[in-house]
Amino acid sequence: MGKTMIQKLFAAHTEQGTSGAPAAPVEPGDIIWLDLDVRTARDFGGANVVQNYREHYGDTPVADPARTFFTFDLVVPPSSIPYANNQQICREWARAQGIKVYDVNAGIGSHVAIEEGLVRPGDTFVGTDSHLNILGAIGAFGQGMGDQDIAFAFKTGRTWFEVPPTMKVVLHGTPREPWTARDLTLAVLQRLGSDGALGRAVEFYGPAIEALDLAGRITLASQVTEMGGIIGFPISQTAHPPLNPALLPDPDAGYAETLNLDVSGLEPLIACPPNPANVHPVREVAGKRIDSVFLGSCTNGRFEDFAAVAEIVKGKRIAAHVMATVVPATRRVYAQMLASGVLEILFEAGFIVSNPGCGGCASGHLGMTGKGEVQISTSNRNFPGKQGAGQTYLASPVTAAWSALAGEITLPEVKA
Amino acid sequence: MKATQITGRLWVLRDAEGNLYNDIDTDMIFHNRYLHITALAQMGQYTLDNLKGWEDFALRAQAGDLIMAGRNFGSGSSRQQAVDCFRALGIAAIIAESFGAIYKRNAINSGLPLIAFPELSKYGVRFQTGDTVTVNFVTGDVLRNSAEPFQAQPFSKVQLAIYEAGDLFEYGKTAES
Repeated sequence: MGKTMIQKLFAAHTEQGTSGAPAAPVEPGDIIWLDLDVRTARDFGGANVVQNYREHYGDTPVADPARTFFTFDLVVPPSSIPYANNQQICREWARAQGIKVYDVNAGIGSHVAIEEGLVRPGDTFVGTDSHLNILGAIGAFGQGMGDQDIAFAFKTGRTWFEVPPTMKVVLHGTPREPWTARDLTLAVLQRLGSDGALGRAVEFYGPAIEALDLAGRITLASQVTEMGGIIGFPISQTAHPPLNPALLPDPDAGYAETLNLDVSGLEPLIACPPNPANVHPVREVAGKRIDSVFLGSCTNGRFEDFAAVAEIVKGKRIAAHVMATVVPATRRVYAQMLASGVLEILFEAGFIVSNPGCGGCASGHLGMTGKGEVQISTSNRNFPGKQGAGQTYLASPVTAAWSALAGEITLPEVKA
Repeated sequence: MKATQITGRLWVLRDAEGNLYNDIDTDMIFHNRYLHITALAQMGQYTLDNLKGWEDFALRAQAGDLIMAGRNFGSGSSRQQAVDCFRALGIAAIIAESFGAIYKRNAINSGLPLIAFPELSKYGVRFQTGDTVTVNFVTGDVLRNSAEPFQAQPFSKVQLAIYEAGDLFEYGKTAES
C-alpha cells in the first residue's frame, strides 16, 4: 500500500531517513524518534523551557544553536513585569547559548518562520505554540509542544512521536465568488466538529484547495488544531512555495477515513460562542449588535486579509460605538500595509492598528473583551474566557469588515 | 518500579446539566492569565478555576484523587501548566473518553497517568464524585467501588516506558544508551 504525506515526511526524518539511506516505512501507530529540523520556544513557555533545560542539562550546549530559535509574539512588548521577566530570562539564556531571538518586534513565530525561510516544505519544526501546525500550509510538519518536550528537543534535536493515521478530506465543487478561505475553513469545522480529526493528520483536496493562496492555506491549516487534528496538509499543485515532490501522497495511500464535502453552495459562516466548531451561517445571527472587532491572529493576520478589509471600508467609517483593532501577523505584513496604503485606509476608517503579534489570544498583546462585550473576531478560538470575559464570534475578515461598518453582525454585501 | 495500579477518590467533572464535561480546554484548566508562572508549587491553586461550576476545585481536591471527564479533555493550547497544575495538587490520574493530542503528550512526558476510556459515554452515568476507583495502567481495567470492572485502554508502550522512567528526561537517558 502507498504512503500518505505524513508517513513519507516522518520516514525521511528517522535516523535512517536523514542519513541518506532509503527510509524505512513508518505506519500509523508506530512510535518513532523523529529528527527535528528546527526547534523553537516563544515568550509563553519559553522561560519554562529554560528552567527545564537548566534543571536537566545544566550549562551544556543545545544540540544545534543555528537551528534553535526564540520567537516572542504573545505579550509584545510586555505589558506586565512577570512577562518582561520571562522574556529577559529567555534573552539572556539565548545569548549564552548563541541562539537567535526574534524579539518583540518580529511578529507571530510561525509566520516569521515561513517568511524568513527558517522552515521549508518537507521540514520538521516544533515549538511552544499549539498553532504551529500552520506550517502544514507549506507542506512542513509543525507541532506545538509543552515545555518539557521542547527542552528535550533543544538538547537532543529530536522527539518521540506516534505516527498519526491520516484522514482525507475532499472538498467538491467550486464556491460562488466571492468567497474566503475562512468560510471554507468554517465549513470544514462545521462538518468535523471539535474532535472530528482527533489525533489525525489531514490531507485536503479539491478545486477550492487549489484556489487558495498561501494566506488561505495558512487559515485552513491553523484551524486543524480546532478540529482536534495533529496537522493538515492542503494538497495543492499550484502552491508557492511548491510542496516537496518526494513527499506527495501516493494515489493508493491508506486513509483512516475519507470525508467528502460539497462546498459549491458555500456561504459566509460564523463560529458562535462557546467554541470554534459551533458554526452557523452568518445570516442566522445577522443583526446582533457588536461592541468590538478584532482583525488579525495567526489564522487571519496576513496582508491579503487586511487588503480585503481595506477594499470594503475605504472612504467609510466604522460604526461610532464599535472599537476595532488590527494586528498584523508580522513586521513584513506591517511593511506591506504601509507601502500599499492599506494601513492608512484602515486608520482613516477608525481602526486601531497595532504593532505585529498575536493580538488578544491568551490575554496577550491587547484587545481583551469585558463582561457582556460582544466581539466579532478573525482569531482562532472563542472558548469561554479565552479572549476575555465577553462573547467572541469568529468569522472571515470580510464579514468582520462589513460588521464593523454596520455595528452589528452583517452578511457581506456582494457586488452585482 | 512505580505502581502500575492505583486507587483513589474520584471527581466526576459534570456540567450544569449533569453531563460529563466535553472539550475542557487548557484555558479552563489553567487560564492564560497565569501563564507567566514557572514554579510548580504555585500552579495547583489555579487548577480548573475557569471551568464553570468547578472554580474551587483546588481547595477541594486532595493528593491521590482521580479525575473523570468526557471527550477531548485538554484541547487547545500546548501549555505544560495545564498538566503541571494537576501534578502540583497530587492528582493521581485523569480518566477521560479522549484527550487532546498535545495535552496527551505533555501528560505522558511528565509522568501524569492519563487513561483513555473510549466507552465512557455509555457507562459514565454510573460514576459519581466520591466513588473509590481503581485503575490498572497495564491492563486498562477500571474498578468502581471494588466492583463493576470496566475496560479502558491500557497505557501505550511509550507511555508506560516514560511513566516507569519517571519523565521524558529520564526516559531520554535510557533510550539513548
